[in-house]
Amino acid sequence: MSYICRRFSAQTFDADPGDSGWWQQQFIGLLSQGSETIEVLGGPQGSGWFWGSPKCCAEVRGADGSWDGGRGPGLRCQVTLLFAQFQLTVPVSVVFAKGALPGAQQRRLPFADTQEEESLLNRKNQADAALLPLQEDSLGALTVYVIPETSPLLPQGVGVYVGKHRSAVMRCPQGPGDVLAAVSARVQQIVQAMSFTTDSITAALSDRVPMDQLGTDTRRPFKSSLGYEITFSLLNPDPKSHDVHWDIEAAVSGYVQPFLDKLGSVANFSVDSQILYYAVLGVSPRFDKASSSFILSALSLPHVINPVEARLGSSATSLYPVLNFLLYVPERIHSPLYIQDKDGAAVGTNAFHSPRWGGIMVYNVDHPAPDKALLPLRVDVDMVRVMEVFLAQLRLLFGISQVPLPEEFLLESPGNKGLTDWELDRLLWTRTVENIATVSTTLTSLAQLLDKIGNIVIKDDVASEVYHAVASAQTAMLELASGHLGSAFQASKEAVISSERAFFDPSLLHLLYFPDDQKFAIYIPLFLPMAVPILLSLVKILREAKQSKKEPTKTD
Amino acid sequence: GQNAMFLFHSISPYPSLLPLSFHHHSEFHWFCFHCQDQAEQFFRSGHTNNWAVLVCTSRFWFNYRHVANTLSVYRSVKRLGIPDSHIVLMLADDMACNPRNPKPATVFSHKNMELNVYGDDVEVDYRSYEVTVENFLRVLTGRIPPSTPRSKRLLSDDRSNILIYMTGHGGNGFLKFQDSEEITNVELADAFEQMWQKRRYNELLFIIDTCQGASMYERFYSPNIMALASSQVGEDSLSHQPDLGIGVHLMDRYTFYVLEFLEEIHPASQTNMNDLFQVCPRSLCVSTPGHRTDLFQRDPQNVLITDFFGSVRKVEITTETVALDPNLVGLETRVPNDEMATEPLKYAEQLPVAQIIHQKPKQKDWHPPGGFILGLWALIIMVFFKTYGIKHMKYIF
Repeated sequence: MSYICRRFSAQTFDADPGDSGWWQQQFIGLLSQGSETIEVLGGPQGSGWFWGSPKCCAEVRGADGSWDGGRGPGLRCQVTLLFAQFQLTVPVSVVFAKGALPGAQQRRLPFADTQEEESLLNRKNQADAALLPLQEDSLGALTVYVIPETSPLLPQGVGVYVGKHRSAVMRCPQGPGDVLAAVSARVQQIVQAMSFTTDSITAALSDRVPMDQLGTDTRRPFKSSLGYEITFSLLNPDPKSHDVHWDIEAAVSGYVQPFLDKLGSVANFSVDSQILYYAVLGVSPRFDKASSSFILSALSLPHVINPVEARLGSSATSLYPVLNFLLYVPERIHSPLYIQDKDGAAVGTNAFHSPRWGGIMVYNVDHPAPDKALLPLRVDVDMVRVMEVFLAQLRLLFGISQVPLPEEFLLESPGNKGLTDWELDRLLWTRTVENIATVSTTLTSLAQLLDKIGNIVIKDDVASEVYHAVASAQTAMLELASGHLGSAFQASKEAVISSERAFFDPSLLHLLYFPDDQKFAIYIPLFLPMAVPILLSLVKILREAKQSKKEPTKTD
Repeated sequence: GQNAMFLFHSISPYPSLLPLSFHHHSEFHWFCFHCQDQAEQFFRSGHTNNWAVLVCTSRFWFNYRHVANTLSVYRSVKRLGIPDSHIVLMLADDMACNPRNPKPATVFSHKNMELNVYGDDVEVDYRSYEVTVENFLRVLTGRIPPSTPRSKRLLSDDRSNILIYMTGHGGNGFLKFQDSEEITNVELADAFEQMWQKRRYNELLFIIDTCQGASMYERFYSPNIMALASSQVGEDSLSHQPDLGIGVHLMDRYTFYVLEFLEEIHPASQTNMNDLFQVCPRSLCVSTPGHRTDLFQRDPQNVLITDFFGSVRKVEITTETVALDPNLVGLETRVPNDEMATEPLKYAEQLPVAQIIHQKPKQKDWHPPGGFILGLWALIIMVFFKTYGIKHMKYIF
């Protein structure tokens, strides 16, 4: 088995901590092995892009090792960036089919054992299923099968076939020169598509990077959170004309739940649904004579959401971010209603979504001729069509976007699960990196807070949460470097939970701790006048005592 | 850029048909050329949601104008699209139901009682004595006890633009809360820094309408903050107009003119922050309003008013779908739940009444007196006996 390691290291500079309190830091690069593109991501000089701090360190603790306020001189909680270098490893196994490589090259392969496999693979659909038991199915690991150039397994014009589990089949590139190098380059391309690229890791660290260097893709998906609440709403503004029924429970359990189950390791999900009557959109659609239909232009779409949002009521319950999916059945007088994009063309899905909020789809109902109409018209919503759109929007909102691939790549459709295994891996890679970066910033800023307010008291449970966060983050880094994505993700999740709990503990409010000069300023005016007579009496007593000691000798 | 204005259906329960004004085909093309710029501009600000924290810090009837200020800003912000779930409204006193209010359940902002800003859908999150410096800082930093309901939390993320409006009585470097405590500009700056560390905001607009308001934003040091104040250090912010029927001043000048300015803003307007800086010049306001933009990354020319006061959502057209096969859906997942036998429901015990009635009074633990008290008493006794002579001791013991 051969391994191809992709190594990313982020080098950070140590800023002078006496630098007016904030850490200015230049996030220098993401070096990728093999291609020397170094991107300098730094803010303009002087404006400051702040991020946590620099050195590589193992632990967080006070100067005297304690957490309960033992304040030695120079307690500098050296919280530091626990990880100056991100090292991400993807275990890839490349399997060569018999006859894929010419004989001379075959002897140069770095590994000793060649796996012989009988190719019972007739059609490409079966290929993936047949190969599945042959490979290790752990999260993050990939398998690439190299088949001979002339093999009929893949159709003409297709160089690489990416299956829905973690495997890909590629043709061995023919040509003069070093075939192995060409194979390796192609494999690297496949691995990049199926795991992560520089861009996706940069996007994961997006809130530590200047804004103008990001694309819109980074602002769309939700931030990594421990849970999400998904709400499906049916909006019926005209119940007199339409009696709408939707079998949402079956649709959710049939289409949405498999998707969410697959994402189960990422977060907790709760799904609910509601029907809203007399809920209108905030915008009046305009009538288009050419198509004799009503049009919602792209510019009016942003103003649709706000009036409806107040009615949705979905944010009252949990503290998790909420994704809203609305299905709007237009009124009879405004039917049919189509959405136009900014070029004026009708949108095929008749739906739009808003970053970090959710999506809206307009469902047009066929009306029979007016004289035959019996109001209200019973409408049974075609849930398959609706769920196709909602699942696509759900994927986009989670950041599972289409990867730009060269033409000769063919992707297998994920089927009803909505998500292929390697797309899940992509999500996990970026989420893990994001979680670890969040943990480091949180702990760094917590240390800065403690530095600033010298007499804050750290409770024991806060201290233990911090230790736990550091330990979990270190575990996550190690697992990432060794390629165990599943355990790395779990460790990073635990680290985030612990660090958030430590940071947002209600006892750490800096208002509750007074600096010493304030204490002097308050108590001295109170006690000084009271203390003056006491001190004078004490002085008098001492003098009398001294005098009485002298007197016996005098009156001798 | 104002030619591209088109009328929108405002947020009112009575829809009136306002057709978009397209006259002929050629204008449509020109219009769409412009709208691509606008679509790009939507993404320039980088935020996806908006929050507002509106704080009124004074109590008592004669501070009616501070409550009216805050409620007027609340009303504008809601009108421009920010929902109640994204607004944290803190009012330190109840003017609408104050026994001295001659028109109960109303709070007016214009004289002659033209505009009732209290309305019937005001949602106050922190009321009366809950408006304290501690609660305010807890809301900002997020260090809130876990039992706090969602409406009392500021659940912003790194893509939230937050508007913070504060009004009340202030001085050079502090703002008075509830007549009993104060928040200093250092604490406020530290709170914003804590917010920045946890990326709880994308951009922040801080508006303060108090005397010497500019002193409150002097100490900010976190990025992406823009601040406006109604008066400079050494100046007083004045109130606008009294209403003889109610008997108190109804609004402060700065907020009054800001509100007149905001009344002309609608969700699609392109007015930018430079116009807001010009509101209420010295001739109208008597004090000199100030602003601070050095911490802000973008040019105020490019910052729309609706970036902070409204909630214009970014939208994208959904162009792709996921191919689903209905035949693969397991049919056994359909459970006929209307035939499930329902077990009789029991009413859960709300209070352990039996325990309460027969409860013995809890014994408070006795603590010995602390060192300070003991020391003080020892000192007093020593002084007494030394002054009056030790011979009295034997009569005591």
